[in-house]
Amino acid sequence: MTVRSRAPFYIFVFLLIAAGISIATWRHIELGVPLVTGEQRPVWMIEARVDFEGLDEAAQVSLHIPEQPPGFSILTEQAASPGYGFSILETSASRRAEWTKREVSGPQTLYFKVQFVPEESATGSARTRKPRAIPAFWEEPEATAVRELLRQATERSSSPESLTRELIRLLQPDSRTQNTTLLVSDDNYLQLLVKMLNHTGIPARTADGLKLEDARRRQQLMPFLQIHNGNRWLTFDPRTAEQGVPENLLLWRQGSESLLDVVGGGNSQVSFSMLRQTVPALQLATLEANQKGLGVLGFYQLPIEEQSMFRMLLLLPIGALIVAFMRIVIGVRTSGTFMPVLIAVAFVQTTLLPGLIAFLSVVSIGLVLRGYLSSLNLLLVSRISALIILVIFITAGLSIIGYQMGFNTGMTVTFFPMVIIAWTIERMSILWEEEGAREVLVQGSGSLFVAICAFLAMSTSLAGHLTFNFPELHLVVLGLILLMGQYTGYKLSELRRFTPMKAYD
Amino acid sequence: MDWISPRKLKKLGLLNMNRRNVDYIGRYNERSSFPLVDNKLKTKLAVSEYGVKTPKLLQVVRQQHEISHFREMSENLDGFAIKPAKGSGGKGITVITGRDEDKFVKASGVRISVAMLERHLTNILAGLYSLAGTPDVAIVESLVQSSPALAKYSFQGVPDIRIIIFQGYPVMAMLRLATKASDGKANLHQGAIGVGLNVGTGHSLNAVQFNRPITLHPDTGLPLQNINIDDWENMLEMASRCYEATGLGYMGVDLVVDENEGPLLLELNARPGLAIQMANGEGLLPRLNNIEALKRPHFSPRERVHYAMETFGKH
Repeated sequence: MTVRSRAPFYIFVFLLIAAGISIATWRHIELGVPLVTGEQRPVWMIEARVDFEGLDEAAQVSLHIPEQPPGFSILTEQAASPGYGFSILETSASRRAEWTKREVSGPQTLYFKVQFVPEESATGSARTRKPRAIPAFWEEPEATAVRELLRQATERSSSPESLTRELIRLLQPDSRTQNTTLLVSDDNYLQLLVKMLNHTGIPARTADGLKLEDARRRQQLMPFLQIHNGNRWLTFDPRTAEQGVPENLLLWRQGSESLLDVVGGGNSQVSFSMLRQTVPALQLATLEANQKGLGVLGFYQLPIEEQSMFRMLLLLPIGALIVAFMRIVIGVRTSGTFMPVLIAVAFVQTTLLPGLIAFLSVVSIGLVLRGYLSSLNLLLVSRISALIILVIFITAGLSIIGYQMGFNTGMTVTFFPMVIIAWTIERMSILWEEEGAREVLVQGSGSLFVAICAFLAMSTSLAGHLTFNFPELHLVVLGLILLMGQYTGYKLSELRRFTPMKAYD
Repeated sequence: MDWISPRKLKKLGLLNMNRRNVDYIGRYNERSSFPLVDNKLKTKLAVSEYGVKTPKLLQVVRQQHEISHFREMSENLDGFAIKPAKGSGGKGITVITGRDEDKFVKASGVRISVAMLERHLTNILAGLYSLAGTPDVAIVESLVQSSPALAKYSFQGVPDIRIIIFQGYPVMAMLRLATKASDGKANLHQGAIGVGLNVGTGHSLNAVQFNRPITLHPDTGLPLQNINIDDWENMLEMASRCYEATGLGYMGVDLVVDENEGPLLLELNARPGLAIQMANGEGLLPRLNNIEALKRPHFSPRERVHYAMETFGKH
């Protein structure tokens, strides 16, 4: 009797809708669950190939593998190496893939495959123990040359970054002076750079990068220079002094650990081949979510059979929303409140036209038989029970006849909910007796109209995609249905029903 | 297609389905009181304590074996009505108006045997006519002898008066006349005529059939403008008392006028239809708002009726 304030209700509905939308947005942005179907994303498949010659003894091969290369995240890792024991060793300084075998002879090939996803936000390694510069010892006359070069570079710079740039520039062949020619030879250039930077007190190290180009084989790593500016490692191209990691560059190795160690083998080398793949964004998101332990938030971890069942179930709220809208706002009369949704679900499985034909024929044959039942003057329960059995006979008959005539679609009639159809026939029949054929036609076509609307909405691939991958959006549907439950305005059909009132205006 | 704009409807104060459900039935009708009106037997017992007369109860058939008593009881009766207690919209009601040797004569003139009536009772007990098919009880009532003043307007059937009672105040009323199209039933959507009644006087206002205004009864040919209900104030008071009996804040009260007994309560309806507004050519909302705005509601049915007659009777 009391008139409660509706403000808490509206706040609650608003929270529901806001929660649904924000969780969906979060999942889209953070987990990369795509908003539309069929979205593709590039993935780099990189294969490291280790070749070495067995020396008839126990072999141990240890390959440095990336952990968190800047600009990429690792999707999958996989080793292919028959007969070898394999494990990934993680230490505080590095990650290494290790192959072991008791007896190795002759040429050997080991593979290690990694899938990388380009990701803007992925930053470099999080290991932040501040490195220390290792002072170097120089003999004369190099010591003087180094001192002179470092003095020049320091004069022209203000920070570790600019010092590094200047030093690289001074060591370039076109700007070489006597001092540099004394120091630089072809194969020690990068080592020299690292040593000199360390000497000035800037922690420096080398890194190896892989230039990503589609379908390249036998690629070698390219050396890069990294310095620590006090906060994080910065990457420089040692030839051009360009700072930062180029977009298509994958840093395979960072730090001073060796790339490849082979014990019990000789003539070892490592080469890389790469392939640009496209993977459906959804599959990618699923994999990533499972890795991050967020898979529990979705249905991806359920067995496939349950997943497909949920796919169907999660479409039901869409149907319910449409029924609520049609009945509350439009004012379509249907026979049975949610019968149209169940029929629409059956349509999703049978497709529209065959489903429509099957449904209409079952109901009309059922109505004829129900006419006979009503003349028997049976009690309600046994009449409905008899009707259910008759409906099963009709569907079986239609399936068999359809199959014999070569229509496989005849079989789909079994998707219809038998009990619901029996009740529909019963209601239609009573309606016919009490209100006449016209009302049966109105409610029957109203039900079918709503069922077809619900079917059209539920069968769009977008609806299936959103409801299954963003189950939180059902909070929005729930909010809308709750809001509709408070709708006290005129139905569209009432604008027609009350037309004669024009006379009293 | 002809449409009326929602703004115009609002101006007329027309109550619509959604608003009726949410703002009136949902707010003023306790769920627990519904069985009281959905079951005619309970209604009868509840209102009798408040001095509201109903057609005389001849027999209640609760169990299958009690059907045999019906044969004895009906032997010396000429007219009676068999009703399912939980039936709605007049479903399952059989009206016997006379005897033809050992056969019973229905209102439509069809003759049926006692055995058929007994089977009808069995069907009622099994829940054939009840809402949701739950087991039911059959009640046998004495026949209403409609007062000739009103009966002449109706084609077969008994004309009844529907009064909307809101928080105990009669807010709107109409007379329902059966027609050939409605098959002797007083249901408006089946084609019965609805005649709006002035709450203040009991005079007819205008009449509609199938939502269209009419001036003459299509079957009896009588003009519908000058119908007057006798003993109007008493009828309103009787309807108003049903509020105390049931506690339902928004309901429809269906009354008939018996030649000998005077006004009798036929049934109560916790979800009264909206067509009464068309028969009155007026919306319910202004009147409902008027009652809701009352700072001090009147306590006795008589006071409420006086207030309503004064307030809603002006035309």
